[in-house]
Amino acid sequence: MTTDHIQARFHLDYPEFTLNVDLELPGRGVTALFGHSGSGKTTLLRLVAGLIRIQDGRLSVNGEVWQDDRIFLPTHKRPLGYVFQEASLFPHLTARGNLEYGMKRVGNAMDGAALEQAVALLGIGHLLDRRPHQLSGGERQRVAIARALAVQPRLLLMDEPLAALDLKRKQEILPYLERLHDALEIPVLYVSHSPDEVARLADTVVLVEQGRVRAQGPVNELFSRLDLALAQDQEASAIIEGVVLSHDDDYALTRLEIQGGHLSVARLDRDIHELVRVRIHARDVSLALDEPGASSILNILPARILEMREIEQAQVLVKLCTGAGEKTPLLARITRHSRDRLRLHEGQSVFAQVKAVALMD
Amino acid sequence: MGFSDADIQAIWLTFRLAGLTTLLLLLIGTPIAWWLARTRSRWKGPVGAVVALPLVLPPTVIGFYLLVAMGPNGPVGQLTQAVGIGLLPFTFWGLVIASVFYSMPFVVQPIQNAIEALGERPLEVAATLRAGPWDRFFSVVVPLARPGFLTAAILGFAHTVGEFGVVLMIGGNIPGATRVVSVQIYDYVEAMEYGQAHWLAMSMVIFSFLVLLALYTLNPNQRRF
Repeated sequence: MTTDHIQARFHLDYPEFTLNVDLELPGRGVTALFGHSGSGKTTLLRLVAGLIRIQDGRLSVNGEVWQDDRIFLPTHKRPLGYVFQEASLFPHLTARGNLEYGMKRVGNAMDGAALEQAVALLGIGHLLDRRPHQLSGGERQRVAIARALAVQPRLLLMDEPLAALDLKRKQEILPYLERLHDALEIPVLYVSHSPDEVARLADTVVLVEQGRVRAQGPVNELFSRLDLALAQDQEASAIIEGVVLSHDDDYALTRLEIQGGHLSVARLDRDIHELVRVRIHARDVSLALDEPGASSILNILPARILEMREIEQAQVLVKLCTGAGEKTPLLARITRHSRDRLRLHEGQSVFAQVKAVALMD
Repeated sequence: MGFSDADIQAIWLTFRLAGLTTLLLLLIGTPIAWWLARTRSRWKGPVGAVVALPLVLPPTVIGFYLLVAMGPNGPVGQLTQAVGIGLLPFTFWGLVIASVFYSMPFVVQPIQNAIEALGERPLEVAATLRAGPWDRFFSVVVPLARPGFLTAAILGFAHTVGEFGVVLMIGGNIPGATRVVSVQIYDYVEAMEYGQAHWLAMSMVIFSFLVLLALYTLNPNQRRF
């Protein structure tokens, strides 16, 4: 048994629903359990938490067995943190009381450092003496996340923590979640049906469909896999991580270094060397056979065609890779007509013209 | 005029009976309410119906069967004799047991409703924050369902104070042991002592009013979640 992995195997038969999964997940970073509602992703999370108990299950987290044929740790004995879709704060306690509820029961976490860190990370210092009904929806959810962190869990489980919030509240919380992503040493399982959230937060994606794991892999790989629904969506896009290289204040541009290449984007308010994640929509990428000599387009990347797939009558989705090691995936959505006119084929070298780059965080 | 010694004795006895009954009912009724609120067993319906029976049955019916059961030939009677307690009818403890049955729905139902309204979520949250089952009950269920417990205690107490039919069937009319206020009033009326009856009866009216007033002011039907 490896010690830095989460291994989960569950088989559950309800009259109308079957879940059958066998997963090995990374022992750190954010893993998104992604799928439509009813796909079983929340059930999977509840099984990991021990909130649902079934006979046929095995679970070990970083070397510790939480469930197998003989062992079943009840939820309160599992060193986890759980954030529910609704904040579910205890209404009879203040925000501080909610945070301390779990800490008191952990025992050795009473040094206050965990609490301070969670409070700072979620920016809730000024809310601690309020009751849950005096907080906004977004503030409640931030307290709930801090409450889950204050017990110093060894696994953080989040069940669509943003789904119950409106767009504005989501935008309010996302930066905090991204800070978590950077600051946390522990693995996070994040249930979501929003490609946008997954693209921003996840390192690994597990695609859940009808109680089964359809695919699993690094987020940039899964988003650009043509056989999966993610790539066939209108919002289909490639996710690229880069490092801030330099700022050009004259033209208000920032230059990013990506694996084997560079991207110029509108001036980012980021420090040099900071890691950023950008998203390039397939609809914003066009292809040319020769390097365009004079073009208004800023980012023109040499690339190679890996795969093509017709997605609608008139459209073709092209998967490319760019960069020296050809490790950076790109997606382009072009017309079938263009494909035939340019005689594009797999393995061919082309130039990808990127019209827009969206910053993810 | 005022309360006679016999009146004071009856009042003291009534409060002792109601207090003990309420205490026992909170201890016995809470697990029953908990089970009824959360079970998916097919026995939920039958058990709930049995608990609610005293709401519809004449007290004499309940009293009658308890008398039979606790009598020398009844199963409870044989048991109590075998363990050396003797027979329970026409004793204070016989009255306590009868009252527990008779007031059961008034305690179980408010607690059951409060636990049902609470739902599963707060308990799940507490479990993910390391609280074990008992801990969850005392740190989450009790404070959140407090209005339900309060209503249960007040209704259980008040209803026991007001019982008459069951007392007559099980307890008879023994001063200091089973002669409670309601029976004492009956005795006064039988003896045509309307003045004494008035004193006690009006005290009951005022007491009951104050109890219900407390119930409705302490426990207004608004909760903030």
